[in-house]
Order: sequence, then structure tokens, then C-alpha cells
Amino acid sequence: MAGAAPTPPGDMMQMHAKDVAPKADPAEAAPLLALDGIVKTFPGVRALSEVELRLYPGQVTALVGENGAGKSTIVKILTGIYQPDAGEIRLDGRPVHFPTAQDATRAGITAIHQETVLFDELSVAENIFVGHAPRTRMGLIDWPEIRRRAREILDGIGARIDPDVKLRELGIASKHLVAIARALSVDARVVIMDEPTAALSQKEIEELYELVETLKAQGKAILFISHKFDEIFRIADRYTVFRDGQFVGGGPISEVDHDGLVRMMVGRSVDAIFPARTSAPGDEVLSVEGFCHPTEFDGISFTLRRGEILGFYGLVGAGRSEFMQALFGITKASAGTIRIGGMEIRIASPADAVRNGIVYVPEDRGKQGAITALPIFQNVTLPSLARTSRKGFLRLAEEFSLARRYTERLDLRAASLDTEVGMLSGGNQQKVVVAKWLATKPRVIILDEPTKGIDIGSKAAVHEFMAELAAEGLAVIMVSSEIPEILGMSDRVIVMREGRMVAELEGDDLSPETLVRHAAGIAEGDTHA
Amino acid sequence: MLKRLASSREALLVAAIGVLLVLISTRFPTFAAPSNLANVFNDTAPLMILAIGQMMVILTRCIDLSVAANLALTGMVVAMLNVAMPGLPIAVTLGLSLALGAVMGMANGLLVWKLDIPPIVVTLGTMTIFRGIIFVISGGDWVNSHEMSAAFKAFPRADLAGLPVLSWIAIAVIAAAGLFMARTALGRAFFAVGGNPNAAVYTGLDVGRSQFWAFTISGALAGLTGYLWVARYAVAYVDIAGGFELEVVAACVIGGISIAGGIGSVGGAVLGALFLGVIKNALPVVNISPFWQLAISGTAILIAVAVNARSTRSKGRIILKRAEQPA
Repeated sequence: MAGAAPTPPGDMMQMHAKDVAPKADPAEAAPLLALDGIVKTFPGVRALSEVELRLYPGQVTALVGENGAGKSTIVKILTGIYQPDAGEIRLDGRPVHFPTAQDATRAGITAIHQETVLFDELSVAENIFVGHAPRTRMGLIDWPEIRRRAREILDGIGARIDPDVKLRELGIASKHLVAIARALSVDARVVIMDEPTAALSQKEIEELYELVETLKAQGKAILFISHKFDEIFRIADRYTVFRDGQFVGGGPISEVDHDGLVRMMVGRSVDAIFPARTSAPGDEVLSVEGFCHPTEFDGISFTLRRGEILGFYGLVGAGRSEFMQALFGITKASAGTIRIGGMEIRIASPADAVRNGIVYVPEDRGKQGAITALPIFQNVTLPSLARTSRKGFLRLAEEFSLARRYTERLDLRAASLDTEVGMLSGGNQQKVVVAKWLATKPRVIILDEPTKGIDIGSKAAVHEFMAELAAEGLAVIMVSSEIPEILGMSDRVIVMREGRMVAELEGDDLSPETLVRHAAGIAEGDTHA
Repeated sequence: MLKRLASSREALLVAAIGVLLVLISTRFPTFAAPSNLANVFNDTAPLMILAIGQMMVILTRCIDLSVAANLALTGMVVAMLNVAMPGLPIAVTLGLSLALGAVMGMANGLLVWKLDIPPIVVTLGTMTIFRGIIFVISGGDWVNSHEMSAAFKAFPRADLAGLPVLSWIAIAVIAAAGLFMARTALGRAFFAVGGNPNAAVYTGLDVGRSQFWAFTISGALAGLTGYLWVARYAVAYVDIAGGFELEVVAACVIGGISIAGGIGSVGGAVLGALFLGVIKNALPVVNISPFWQLAISGTAILIAVAVNARSTRSKGRIILKRAEQPA
């Protein structure tokens, strides 16, 4: 599985004797970028206290830490968005300052963010060069040059994308490549990748890894921020760990193992990542038969029982979320029947779904989850207002007690239930969304990528909670693109590919290989996985 | 809680209005006399009523530019009806103007809900249509004071416990709207739908339906104001309240109702309207040309928007701070 990197990082790191290979040993080379004693305080919070970070040319340094460890802050300092209160940044050994984002770009530091900001209505080439388009002698934009260089950069990263096509016509993975191309168009020497694989499918992730290798070979220093351990160990040469705004440790990745890294991150070792579950599914709650959609999915049939966790696995774009949205009444299915507890029901709108006990915690919780301008209690009671009102008037006391019951259960920490949801951290906002749905007393809960983009500690808490819900008799549908999560949590797994159910796996049939094979459509025996 | 109250936009507006009153009364002490303040309030009543309806529409991320035309059309219809049937009880006239206004609001709402046309386009269109209908039914003629029945004209001016009925109606609308926004599921839905339409859909709320009801309420209030306006000024013609819709939107913006939706309050709309009302009434007193009023209102809007933008920005910083706080 391990990609044939040009220079196996492990071997390289072992060479500590300077005189053996004075030039070829990058570990001994001077760091391209070095940060020392960086302090950044916000009113009331010390986000970073005297942290250090070193980036070496031609190497990938993984920055790991839980949410709130200070990773985003250091990225913002590196890219000139924040100014450190104290500390030194040295580029090629010389102290530098980045008063603005443009100064950082000019110094060759570029970041590819989690949610890349691109322009849908512009062409790929325009997106790559917007803001720094090459000019003709007249000072006008040099279109032939833009196209030529865009082509060159895209070819350089092995992306087969037409520079003239509008961005809106591309899929998410291709958009990502455009973002990378844009980052490279400024002659970057330092490339920061902030959770670059979060939105990608397994196949696209593999392509990204290849791209990272290409960038390494070009001598670029890469800072790679990720929550996924397998990919850290797969592509990083070095690691740096932050915890609570402090530098905890760093060094060659070969000198640390999985457990060691987790221990550094959380200050304790996490033994069992997934909660032990004794699965004893009860009566059938939900049955779906022949569910079809004109363009997104076709012929989905399955049953779900009380206390069961049913995993939905597939590559991004396999139609899982689209199916869930139809099941929840956001889009219309063209055919198919749904039964709840044996009774056939019709779901024409999300309100119908909620009334029948089906709730959906969407993937994009920022956009689709909470209403940030409303206080916590109003968010929680929003779908349950019929229950908290009498004679058409809402009763605030009732609302508060309902909200308190469910937020306490989720261990939501907030000053008051009157706090606007927008003031809460991402993890707490998610708890508000889940509390909102649990307050409707659902029979089936659909969780779409429940742990996407959250740190390892919170992940375990989510898994724990999911197991609890199932144990209480709730039927859970979990859409996930993370194989360990699917394997660790599900009683049964449905694999989707290109809008169709391609497999229903259970027990011994469940293995990473079978999942990947079905999801990617690779025939049995074909080892090119 | 106290701190939040002190820093709220409503408190800021109350302070601004207070400063304005103090400034004016240093030169013209009679301006701040209770009887004159009651006059200002009464004079601003139509603006307040319309601003409350507009606030609900803006909360749901829409805008209703047809309110002034709706007011004029309803006013013309009830005025002509009064000419034809002078004996019609005022209660019937009131009910009719509410209903007529609501129907026009529903037309806006349906176009936005069912045909998915942007609200600004819909209401720009219906605004012109309503004005056109006035011309068609009236033939461009005025309905003058001497044609209207005495009872028809007297109602909004009738004195009730020291205040004219017009003021009492505004107070009733404020109270009802306050209760509605705070204590009904639909009022709550307006906030949710405008605050995050996507999330509202996922919560089982029907965004279009909520917007439809906001337009209906705004239309009903415009219709109600139509009768009160025509009766108070004792005249109805095609162009009454021309351009008044912009003043209504201005009152909302000054009152801190976010044009982006989801943020606003009844108190804000009322105070925004009062702020404009005080300026409008003070200018002639301090001997400034009423033409300055437009410039002053415009400046007030710009300041309000700037304050709005600033307050959302500082809120953003708080989120960041929390997010990066070690858990």
C-alpha cells in the first residue's frame, strides 16, 4: 500500500551522523522556515504560548493537535492574517515580518484552506491567476499567457482540467486541484494544507498524496494539518504536536508511533477508540423499498431495526447524501415506498419526516444545522414548537425546560441557554443541532458524516453517544466516508456506488478491503485497490 | 443581561432620540413638551405601523416595496366606497381595509413562494400595478374632503383618553406584534427562516410559506394604514404616500433590522420610525428647510448601516476567540 516515495523518509531520518551525508540529508539542512517563541493572545485567551515550528524544504511536516490547540492560529500568523505578540519568524535564516497577507504571499508562503475560496463563474485559468494576472506591456491582462501558464501548472500537478472551463462545472475534487494550482501560481516555497482531504473520497485522496509527493520533489516545504492518523503516517516526514496552544513535541515521524502521537495530543492515551457495543437489534422500524430518483439514485431498498446502527459507505458523489435528503423529504423521490413500524407513509417535506419520527443531522452543519442568530433554547425547540405551545402561544418556561433537558444530556457547556448559538464553538453548535433533533423524540436518526472535521477527543465522544442512542432503542443511519468509523460503529453497512446500492455487508464480510472494492467498483481478485 | 440591554441597538436608538430631543429643546423648549411629543408620535403612527410589517418581511430575507402603493390603493377603495355608501359602519371599513391589504400582501407572498421570483422584483412590479389600478378605478380623480362622510374622517382623530385613535391603533399594533414575534411559532419561524434558510428547511420549516405570511401581515398593516391615512388627511388620489415605502425601509434599517435577514425586533422598527419622525417634525421648528430632511434621513441610514456592520464584525471576533479557546 505504501506509496513508493522517491526517498523513503524513514531511512533518511535515521542518518544522524552529519559527516556521512553532509548534503543529502534534509533533516540536517537548515529549515526553510522557522518559528520560535511565538505568542498570540486574544482578549482573555492565550491562543499560542511560545510555540516553535520548523519546515524543511522537500519535506512534509504534519501539524497535529485537537481542536483549539492553536493550529489555525499559527496558520493565520504564517499567512499574515494575524500578527504574533512575541516571537520570531525566520525565512532562510533571516527574520521576516508579514504585516499583511500579501507580504506572506510575496515571501512564497501559500495556504490551501479547508474551505477554499474560489469563484464559480470564472474560468479555471482566471481562478488560478485572479489578483496576480500577468500583464502585457500595455498593462492589460495577458490572456494567452494566463492560459499557457495555467495549463503548465495544471500539467505540473497532473490535473487533467481544461483551463477554459468554468469552475462551477467542476466537481469538488477538481476544484481542490484548482485551489492547489492557484497556490502554486505564486511561486510558493511553503505550502500549507489545512485538512486537504476532508471533503475528498478515497480515490481523490490517493491522487492528492501523489501531488504532495510531486511538490516534495520540487523542494517545497509542506505544512500538513490533518486529523487523520493514517494519512499523517502515510505522507508526513516530520511531525509537530500542539496542545492547548503549546508546543508539545516534534521530530521525524519515524521516531513516533500511533499511540505516542495520540498521547502527545491529548495528554493521555486513547485505548479503545470505538465504544464496545453489544448489538441486539429489536423490531423493524423503517423499511425502504425501491427508492428511486430521476438523476441521483436508483433502487434503494433496506430495512432498519430498533437499536441498530446502519452504515452507508461510498465515495463522495455516490449518492448517499442525496438519498438521505430524499428520505427526509428535502428532495422528491420518483418512486419507492417508506414504511415506519409497518405503516406505509408519504414524505413530501421535512415536516412530514419529522412528524413520522425521522430526523436528519446534515453534513454541512454550518450551513444547514443551527440558526446562529437565535439563542440556544430557541434552536433546540424549533422543530418541537407545537409541543411547547398552548392555544397557539409559546410557553417560554416549557421551552427552557425542554432545551435544558437535552442540552444537559449532551453535556453542552454554555453560560446560559439564552446565549446566541453563533457565540458557541463548532463542537457545541453541533451539540445544539443534535439536541434539537433528540428533543423531537425521533425513531430514526440519520447522521451524515457525524465526525467530519472534529478532533479525536470529540470524535470518541460522538461515537460513545451514538452507541448510547442505539442502546436506548433509536435506529441510527450513519453516512460516513471514514472506513475505521464505518467498521467500528456499524452493525451493518450498505455500500453505494454511482447512485446504486452495490453491497450490503455484515459481520465477517466487513473489512476495509471489501468496502473499498465495492465502493470503487473493483472486481474480486483485482489487487489494484 | 443588564450589559446586553445597555449595548443593544434599541438602547442606542433611545439614547440617540433623547440626545436629539435635548438638542432641539435647548433652543425650542416647547418641542419636548408632552403635548408636542404626543403629536410627533401621532404623526409617526403610520410609519410605525408600516415599519412593523416591513420588519417581518425583512426578517425573512425579503423586502416589500409595494406597501405605499398598497396603502394608496386601499385608501382609494375605502374612500370611494364611503362616497358611494356614506352610512357604512367604520368597523366594516376597518375590516375591509385590513382584508384588502392582506389580499395584496398575499399576492406578493404567493409570487415569492410559488414562483420563486426575487421579492424586490415582485414588489417593484406589484407596486406599479397597484398604483395603476388606483388610476383605473378613480379615473385619475381625487376624492376630496367634502365628499367623505364626517364619521369616516373623524375616526382616526377621535380623542380617547387624551390620545387620538390613530395613536391608539399604533400602540395596539406594537403590542400585538411584540406578542406575536415573541410568543408564536410563526413569529419564531420568521427569525429562523431569515437567519439560516438552509437550516430552516432541514428543521422542517417551510421557508416560502413563512415568507408568504410575512407579506400577508405587511400587506394587512399597509391596508389598515391606507384607511387611516386617507381619513386623516381627508383626501385620496393616485399618488398619496408616493415614495413612502423607502421611508419605511429606512426606519427598519435605522432600527437595526438586518437587511440580510434574521435579526431585528419590533422595538427597533418602532424606534427607527420615531427617530425619523422626530427629525421630520423638528426641522420646521428649528427653521431648516424640509428638503434637508432627505439628506438627514440619508445620513441617519448610512450611520445606522455602519453601526450595524461594526457590531457584526466585533461579534465575529468573539466567535473566533471562543473557537480558539482551549476546550
